[in-house]
Amino acid sequence: MTTRQQVAEVEGWFTLDGAEPRLLGLRCPDCGTYVFPPRAIACPNPECPATELESVELSRRGTVWSYTVNHYAPPEPYVAPDPFEPYAVAAVELADEKMIVLGQVAGPLDGLAVGAPVELVIDTLYEDDEGEHVVWKWQVAS
Amino acid sequence: MSRQGPSGQASGLARRHSPGSLALALGSGGQVAVLGVGMHPWGKWGANFAEYGVVAARAALDDAGVSWSEVQFVAGGETVRNGYPGYVAGSTIAQALGWNGAQVSTSYGACASGSMAIDVARARILAGLCDVALVVGADTTPKGFLAPTKGERGDDPDWLRFRLLGATNPTYFAFYARRRMELFGATPEDFALVKVKNARHGLANPMARYRKEVTVEEVLESPIVSDPLHLLDICATSDGAAALVLTSLEFARRRGIADPVRVAGVAVVTPSFPNAVIDMPNFATDSAAAGGAAAAGGTPGRLSFRDSIARAAYEQAGVGPEDVDVAEVYDLSTALELDWYENIGLCAPGEAEKLLRDGVTTLGGRVPVNPSGGLACFGEAVPAQAIAQVCELTWQLRGSASGRQVERARVGVTANQGLFGHGSSVVLTR
Repeated sequence: MTTRQQVAEVEGWFTLDGAEPRLLGLRCPDCGTYVFPPRAIACPNPECPATELESVELSRRGTVWSYTVNHYAPPEPYVAPDPFEPYAVAAVELADEKMIVLGQVAGPLDGLAVGAPVELVIDTLYEDDEGEHVVWKWQVAS
Repeated sequence: MSRQGPSGQASGLARRHSPGSLALALGSGGQVAVLGVGMHPWGKWGANFAEYGVVAARAALDDAGVSWSEVQFVAGGETVRNGYPGYVAGSTIAQALGWNGAQVSTSYGACASGSMAIDVARARILAGLCDVALVVGADTTPKGFLAPTKGERGDDPDWLRFRLLGATNPTYFAFYARRRMELFGATPEDFALVKVKNARHGLANPMARYRKEVTVEEVLESPIVSDPLHLLDICATSDGAAALVLTSLEFARRRGIADPVRVAGVAVVTPSFPNAVIDMPNFATDSAAAGGAAAAGGTPGRLSFRDSIARAAYEQAGVGPEDVDVAEVYDLSTALELDWYENIGLCAPGEAEKLLRDGVTTLGGRVPVNPSGGLACFGEAVPAQAIAQVCELTWQLRGSASGRQVERARVGVTANQGLFGHGSSVVLTR
């Protein structure tokens, strides 16, 4: 099987660096508030008047705040494989950013638990004629 | 009007200060009467949402002894799944009742839409702009998961969370359920007991869709949807409608009703930054990196968004959780009902399972929760649900909740939350 074209399923939310992928967020230069996804109109901190936020790479590692395994195919626009396979979604706490970021969980779910360390990977969301559509996911850190 | 100063001054106070100042600004005059309530039974009836709305509205008008021609203001709750007529639900239902020239509004706050409509009607009555308002919410829902608006909507977080994560609503409910298991040692049996309680409560409610006892085993043996939640832990989506006739206390008195059930507080509050709990439909929480004590996931001592919702309604009403006799809370999942016990102040964090197991929140207990049967027995009809909660508490406070009556109920509270940052809580007193 040949390597297929990787297509980021959303533009500008993560890097496609195979070894060390990163989520792309925003950071307020005045108060230090982080934002993900990188779509804020101004600093979301109501105490801060800043309107220009800087692009920043978020931490690659975090700890699981909570998670679930979904056993039913979601409705569109999710592109569910046929046959459907259960998949996990985790809410992951990033220590430096002091925020929680969601992501599907890649790879085996062994070791997935509240408090478990995870790291960011880029993984397949679905495939079609255009190529391999990829998105960020969390993976239990070895 | 009994308030001091022009109304602009009162609303200015409410904007600048905490919700407590609103109670101060309005004083005891900040109440309106619930003169009539009505519902269309919940189910999957396959009809147009406006048909249900008309049935509920007529029932509420009959209950109030008020004619449609006397209604001066219509406050509709919007439904987003029924095309343009749903976006303008207030006027759609007004037209179906026969145009009467009333002023109209339609509100949308997701699951908080009904409370938002109540709040608009209350404000107009308290401002002296009308005496009689009809509040109505109705929905026709599709089967299965609630889904985002169709099309390629790459700038809509609600669309993107399905596309990029497959993050259904039960995904978020499951996050909260697992937190309870992790922090407080809650078990799937505890969650199942919520369903067992609510199923029993709803047996005698003619408006409920599901009227059948459920056992712990049946919940635990039902298919897992979003681990640790089973199919019977998660509420269905339903068709249904609910309506209220709200009036000034003076109008109620003129109709010979000196002691009506009163709306004493309505909180459709937004979160405070940083909102540290992951809420639908977000990909992330706010960041607490700007300082302060708040850490991701919440900090002891700091009010979470859900804690702040009923708090704001209590402050307006001048009551506290210790005064509450009965509550209707949003059991989108069984585990979420347990969260609400703590969020509305019935117990401290981590004590909800004990409250449930001790029977405190069961009919006959100290503070019955969801005597209507809750969403477990109704399924969710989004713009109608918060209004239905008020219908139930009105029946409870009147002493007319046949087969499910809470003894000597004088103060009731509703609580729910709509996605995109909408709190929803109503305090009713008698």
